[in-house]
Formats: sequence, structure tokens, C-alpha cells
Amino acid sequence: MLKRTGIACSEDIERARPDETRRKQGPVAWIECFREIPCDPCHDACRVGAIEEFSDINDLPCIDHEACTGCGLCVAACPGLAIFVIDETHSETQALLALPHEFTPLPDAGDEVVLMTRSGQEAGYGRVHRVQAPRAFDRTAVIWVIIPQDLVEQVRAIKPLHQVIDEEGGEKQ
Amino acid sequence: MIWMRECEVAVVGGGPAGLSAALEASTLGAEVVVLDRDDGPGGQLIKQTHRFFGSRAQHAGVRGIDIPDILTEEATEQGVEMIFGAEVAGYYPDGVLTFKKDQKWCKLRPERVIFCTGASERFLAFPGSDLPGVYGAGAVQTLMNVHGVRPGQRVLMVGAGNIGLIVSYQLLQAGVDVVAIVEAAFDIGGYAVHASKVRRLGVPIMTRHTVTRAHGQQQVEGATLMQLDEDWDPVEGTEQYVDCEAICLAVGLNPLAELMWQAGCSMAWIPQLGGYVPICDEDLQTTVEGVYVAGDASGVEEASSAMMEGRLAGLGCAHSLDRVDSDRYRQRREELLHELAALRSGPTGAKIREGLQKMQQAQPLRQVLVEGSDC
Repeated sequence: MLKRTGIACSEDIERARPDETRRKQGPVAWIECFREIPCDPCHDACRVGAIEEFSDINDLPCIDHEACTGCGLCVAACPGLAIFVIDETHSETQALLALPHEFTPLPDAGDEVVLMTRSGQEAGYGRVHRVQAPRAFDRTAVIWVIIPQDLVEQVRAIKPLHQVIDEEGGEKQ
Repeated sequence: MIWMRECEVAVVGGGPAGLSAALEASTLGAEVVVLDRDDGPGGQLIKQTHRFFGSRAQHAGVRGIDIPDILTEEATEQGVEMIFGAEVAGYYPDGVLTFKKDQKWCKLRPERVIFCTGASERFLAFPGSDLPGVYGAGAVQTLMNVHGVRPGQRVLMVGAGNIGLIVSYQLLQAGVDVVAIVEAAFDIGGYAVHASKVRRLGVPIMTRHTVTRAHGQQQVEGATLMQLDEDWDPVEGTEQYVDCEAICLAVGLNPLAELMWQAGCSMAWIPQLGGYVPICDEDLQTTVEGVYVAGDASGVEEASSAMMEGRLAGLGCAHSLDRVDSDRYRQRREELLHELAALRSGPTGAKIREGLQKMQQAQPLRQVLVEGSDC
């Protein structure tokens, strides 16, 4: 349970998940902000007005998935690092996941990374497709990672491979 | 040598509340002097590397570390004088502040004073808690984010409020292994988004658990964790040992209110606000006329609220000095009260709302400063 463990439950995820049709049309934001806090920068970040203006700053963000272009600007702007963009049209078996990343050194496109689930379990490996870290993102990079289609709801972080090698004290084959 | 001068508004503490108070009062034309014991402005902001919540009025989305520069630049433009390395040690009945600067005791007599002294960290006592390696979370943040020093390679965090969660994340960013976050309460106290971002990086959050012992001869080498029962007592047989080089305590803050006690402000014990706080009105004026308070010193909250409180106190001072006409004052006051109420209106503001209600019931009796007293 989110308030006991920090891990979102399926009902929470249900609220963030865009509908099937939209998911098949390309990249779209999943806003995983599940508890009301006084915060509204996501609305300001969206260039296409897909994230509704907040009438009360404590409201949960409300996104129009149809209007969302999956550009990823909100991913970098969310102070809670709670927004992800998922493109399930990348290939038959692979999806693109854009996630906020604040660890240096930043990975490079082409790097293999360890995929981490919401509960911090390692869920295999992915490959970095693109790294966006312009000045405007103010040190929150947006990393686009290629992940297996069946992990789009689980994977929410990455770790560089060398870190895992260090921790395990041996090389990954 | 004793140095004595006068000014219209003295702000004690140059953190988010103090800088905002100085900015508001000076923008309206008051002469403001900020005294801060640190070497530069910002207070706790100088180690807040995360992006702030709130809305634009509170610099939402901006990293805490970047806010002091924004506020200082504006304040300097408005002619605010800032004296750093100035530790205020006393406030006397004749309205004189005394502070130590360059090994000299200096005196300042302001017409109004705003205490933005912040809060201090609470400690948790357990066997071994006096070992080197047991830190307050604020100290760990200063070490890492100001001085670039890691507190250890493996750290145990105690407390899952926002500070515990944020500092855990920053430890991870510094390449430190956070072995666990233990939290005595039933639920995680901090924002769910903060909890999720450390959890997905592999840090376990253990609610209903506490640290019962720190192990080590010369310094911390490990800790015993135990589960808590309904009466908050450790459950026998649930002991687990974790290997760690440091234990970081993030178990709450107490308002730093000594100067307000000294000023003779009526104080109230309000646990929801963090302990003893001066009784104050909506404009943040205490029961002593001309003495204002803002930020954590008036009740422990987020920095976004501290900034709005600072603005209100600065506005109140400027108004009482006749620097703002009534219409503009009322409009601005309305605006700030509205912002503050919005920040506190959600579920995360419930505790503060309860505390403020207690404050209202405390029925202040305003006293007038004793002019020309010689003590």
C-alpha cells in the first residue's frame, strides 16, 4: 500500500493508465501522482494544455490523454518525479519509457541499464534510446529507455549497469 | 567596543521566511536589516537540492538551492542590508537586539522585529545514540550538499517524513547506500511521491519499526531495528541487525523560539506546530507589539508556507509603519492569506490546520513594549 510502503497499488495505477486505444497511438503521459499535495507545475509545463489548470492547488492533476502529445516536458517539470511517458508503438515487443533521472553521470544513448520496478526490484535490462538534459530541464534529465512491452506498468527507474556490478562484486554476463 | 544603531525593521534569520519578509517590507519602502548567523543567505535552502512544490508564488519547480539567489537579488535591489556571521543572542525589553559579529557584541534597535529563526532537529535517545555516526538529517544534508562529504557508505534513515525521504534520496544521489528507512508511525508521513522515488531505487521503507540500538566501539557499525506494537513498544523477537556506518535521524523539528521567550511573547505548547510557539495573529504579530514571527519558528511547515508567512509579516510591519495605503495593504494581505490557505487546505495541511485552530483558541493578550527600560 502506497502510504505504508511507497509502492502504488493496482487501483492507483488504474487511474494513471491511459485507455487502450490511446496507448496504441503513440507516446502518452502517465501521471502517477496519487495523493493530494499542494503542487501545480505540471500544468504550467504542458505546452498543449493537456493538463488542466488547478482550481485547488491540492487537487490531483487531471490530464486529457487525447490532447497529450507525449512530448515529455511534464516529466522533467514534475517536482515529485511522478510523471512518465510511455510509447507502446516503438516495436512489436518493445516500448519506450521516458523517466525522470537525477543521477550523474548521465547514461548515453545505447547504454545498457538495469530496469527497476516500483518496489525497487531489478526486472532485467533495457537500452537507453535518448537522453534529454537541456538547461531548461534544470538538472532533471529525461531518459528514454527501450523496455519489454510487458514491463510498461512495472518499470519506473533505471540504474547504470556498473553500479550493479559493484554491488554484486562480479561481472554480469 | 559597543556599536549601536537603529533601523525600521530587523529580520532575524535569512532563510526562506526571513528573506521573503525582508523583501516584502523593503518593497513597500521600509528600511530593513537582516541578521543571519551563517556566512550567506538562504538558511536551510542552501542544501535543498530538490525541486520545490507549491505554486509559482512560492517558486514551485525551482530547486531550493537556487531560491536564495533569486530572493537576495531582489532584496538587494530594494536596499535590504544583510549582515552575515551575525548571531543574535538577545532581545531586551527596551527593544534592543544584541548580536555577535566578528567577535564583537553589536546592538541594533529596530522599530519592528521579525523573528525567522527556524527550527532545530529533534533527537532520539537509544543505547549507542551517542556514538559518532549518529547524525541529524539536517547535518547530513549540510555535510553532503554544502561540503561535499558523505556521512558513510551505508546509512540507516530513521523517520519517513518529507525530510527523511528527501535526505534518503539525496544520499542515493551522492552514491550512498540507504539500507532502510524506518518509521515508527503506521503510515509514511511524507509525500507519497517522495516515498515512491526512493522505493523504486531499492530502499525499503519499514513503517511500525524503530531503531533500538546502535552498535559499534568507536563509531557506528550497525543498528538493531525492531517492530512496534499497538502501544508503540518494541515487540520481543523482532530484532533485526543492519550493517551501517551512520544513522540519520529525521524525527521532527522544534521551533527555535528562545528569542521570543526572551521578548516576553505569550507562548503556547502546540504539538501540531512542533512544540512551543509564540501566540500570534493572522499577520504573524506576536503578543508583544512590534514583534513578528514567520516560518518554522511560528510552527514547523514546508518552506513554501514559510515564504508566504514571511511576506505577511513583512507586509504587516510595513503597514504598521505607514508605508502602505490601506487599500493596497488589504488587497495584498488578502492575496497572501489566500495563497497560504491554499497551501494548507489539502490533506497534507491537516496537522497545521489543527495547530492553527489551537493557536486561535489561545486568546492572546497583547502587551506594549516597555519604552526606555534599562535592563
